[in-house]
Amino acid sequence: MSAVVAEHDDHHDHGPAKGLLRWVITTNHKDIGTLYLLFALAMFFVGGSMAMVIRAELFEPGMQFVNPQFFNSMTTMHALVMVFGAVMPAFVGLANWMIPMMIGAPDMALPRMNNMSFWLLVAGVLLLASTLFMEGGAPASGWTLYPPLVLQTGKALPFAIFSVHLLGISSILSGINIIATIFNMRAPGMTLMKMPMFVWTWLITAFLLIAIMPVFAGAVTMLLTDKFFHTSFFDAAGGGDPVLYQHIFWFFGHPEVYVMILPTFGVASTIIPVFARKPLFGYSSMVYATAAIAFLSFIVWAHHMFTVGMPIAGELYFMYATMLIAIPTGVKVFNWTATMWKGSMTFETPMLFSIAFVVLFTMGGFTGLMMAVAPADFQYHDTYFIVAHFHYTLVPASVFILMAAGYFWLPKWTGHMYDERIGQLHFWLSVVSVNVLFFPQHFLGLAGMPRRIPDYAVQFADWNMISSIGGFVFGASQLLFLYIVIDTIKGGTGEKVTAEVWEDAAKHSLEWTLPSPPPYHTFTTPPTVIPTEHI
Amino acid sequence: MNESVKQKNAKLVRILVFVVLGMFGFGYALVPLYDVLCEVTGLNGKVEPSAVKEVSYVVDKNREITVEFMTALNEATPMVFRSEIKKIKVHPGEYYTVNFYAENKTDKVMVARAIPSISPGAVAEFFKKTECFCFSEQTFKAREGRTMPVRFVVNPEIPKEYKTITLAYTFFDNTETSVK
Ligand code: HEM
Ligand SMILES: [Cu+2]
Repeated sequence: MSAVVAEHDDHHDHGPAKGLLRWVITTNHKDIGTLYLLFALAMFFVGGSMAMVIRAELFEPGMQFVNPQFFNSMTTMHALVMVFGAVMPAFVGLANWMIPMMIGAPDMALPRMNNMSFWLLVAGVLLLASTLFMEGGAPASGWTLYPPLVLQTGKALPFAIFSVHLLGISSILSGINIIATIFNMRAPGMTLMKMPMFVWTWLITAFLLIAIMPVFAGAVTMLLTDKFFHTSFFDAAGGGDPVLYQHIFWFFGHPEVYVMILPTFGVASTIIPVFARKPLFGYSSMVYATAAIAFLSFIVWAHHMFTVGMPIAGELYFMYATMLIAIPTGVKVFNWTATMWKGSMTFETPMLFSIAFVVLFTMGGFTGLMMAVAPADFQYHDTYFIVAHFHYTLVPASVFILMAAGYFWLPKWTGHMYDERIGQLHFWLSVVSVNVLFFPQHFLGLAGMPRRIPDYAVQFADWNMISSIGGFVFGASQLLFLYIVIDTIKGGTGEKVTAEVWEDAAKHSLEWTLPSPPPYHTFTTPPTVIPTEHI
Repeated sequence: MNESVKQKNAKLVRILVFVVLGMFGFGYALVPLYDVLCEVTGLNGKVEPSAVKEVSYVVDKNREITVEFMTALNEATPMVFRSEIKKIKVHPGEYYTVNFYAENKTDKVMVARAIPSISPGAVAEFFKKTECFCFSEQTFKAREGRTMPVRFVVNPEIPKEYKTITLAYTFFDNTETSVK
């Protein structure tokens, strides 16, 4: 490290800047990771409150609390806030904290750009939130923003679109930064095929991000010019076609759902071996399966459009291509199970959430397969069945794994141990209530209840009430997580945590070789021993 | 961070920015791609937007296909719009003319455009129009009503399983957007 640049030396001498300004100007990967994670947690509660409005309105048939327009704004904003404000930023936060420490790098490759991505995200989300207070209300077209409906949005339309642009740029910058970090900053000896799975999955996710976010930006720009400059991309009167929007959107949208699930896979593959006290089963097949899923995600988009009137050849192609995804996904589920097989398992909170993820994500995968069957999807499409499908793949999968990640790494980040009893309570309340919340939605969908409606026929009343009760319990249980995070930051159980925190974790990944909490700057000299237990 | 890593980063960033720009362009490239695909294959019930030359086919007197006509107005279009007949039985290969009536209900000049759609989508390529009011924008004087013909033929090569074709038109009010 003779050729250290002066600018870097500065940092090294000072440590973090003093006061609040530290958080505004920081370029330190740990600080930015913390910012992302806390912001995501806040947005999780904002988006969650919107879900509570939805479930309150659906508690009984008839109109109870909100008008239909606002109800539809809630479904739209709930999805946008959760996807772009909570789940994606939470994983970017984990990437910031963990990737440099896992590959033995001193920081992210592009620290200033890192700061910019975070603040663009904040600006984007604030702009989006501001649409709630505009004339005509927030967008109410569903998160897919389909024309012509979305073009009927009031004053909010251009603001919503600009906010999508900002969020897109923020994600693209993160993606570029992560790729550059992983390609150029690895410690000597950290070959690609020795990288922890979390790093692998983020590398692939970052490529997805830079490939799809520009396409989404293009699609919403077309909406904007259609509305204000009569370009008629999607306007039949001018020779356009609204179905075209759906194709462009889902070319983005399907890989987008994998942006939320691939890092989830990565964290699960990191946690399960530690608590099973075994190496990950089939490391290289995990890498290839992840790459295969990412590739396939680009060629299956029209399974969201089986009912638009595609020719039979198209229906068949998208049906079989979609079913193909089940193969690499099955490989992963098999490998997680095989990792646990005959392991010396213990069931601390992170492991509980991870096991629930394996089981419940698989449920979501199964309903996905059902909907991949084109003729059957005519029944499921746009009903509560699909709502149940993607909530199983997102809540007890992505969100549970984010919780698991929180419990797993909080002791590392803060140097304090969380309260295991409250963690277990949080888990059991969550896992029961999430099923009470979403499982009945399968029945509602099969019986024909459409999604995105504020009122429904009385035949759907019972399951909706049960689902709402599950929703309220789930929502309230998450306050326990908030409590634990704050409590752990403040000192937790007071128990001293070791560098390793979890038994033998240092054999799996480099971050456990650092003290807990790690110093502000780590791996300014690269590590010499690369752990290989995870392979 | 040493200089060689900085250079490697800069180079990689340039490549990745290029990918990003390329993908933004790709989004737009999907537009013509989609149109070409739809026109070539007739997906989506999209029909040729201009008249085809009248060629004569061997008329298949043994087959009868029902052609139904549907008319619709886009939400806010202040017009009357109907077809003179609701359906007609046709022999593949023979030419037919059907009249449509459209009327401007406002006191101002109106420019309107009828957008056709054929279902099932797969028959679009066999349904040929030699004359149609839908090929261009129509200008109506205040309160003007007009009868407009559509002349069409069903190509006798149309697969046997098709017995009914629906031709639907939607009129859109383009007065504000059309450049005069
Ligand atoms: C085994 C893998 C999967 C298959 C075969 C699959 C299949 C499908 C199909 C066919 C649909 C369209 C249903 C319809 O509109 O009628 C759908 C919708 C959806 N899927 Fe999946 N899926 C899978 C995994 C996932 C994962 C991992 C996620 C997210 C993490 C996900 C999130 C979604 C979302 C968000 C929608 C709904 C989008 C909307 O219309 O708002 N799916 N899935
Ligand atoms: Cu999909």
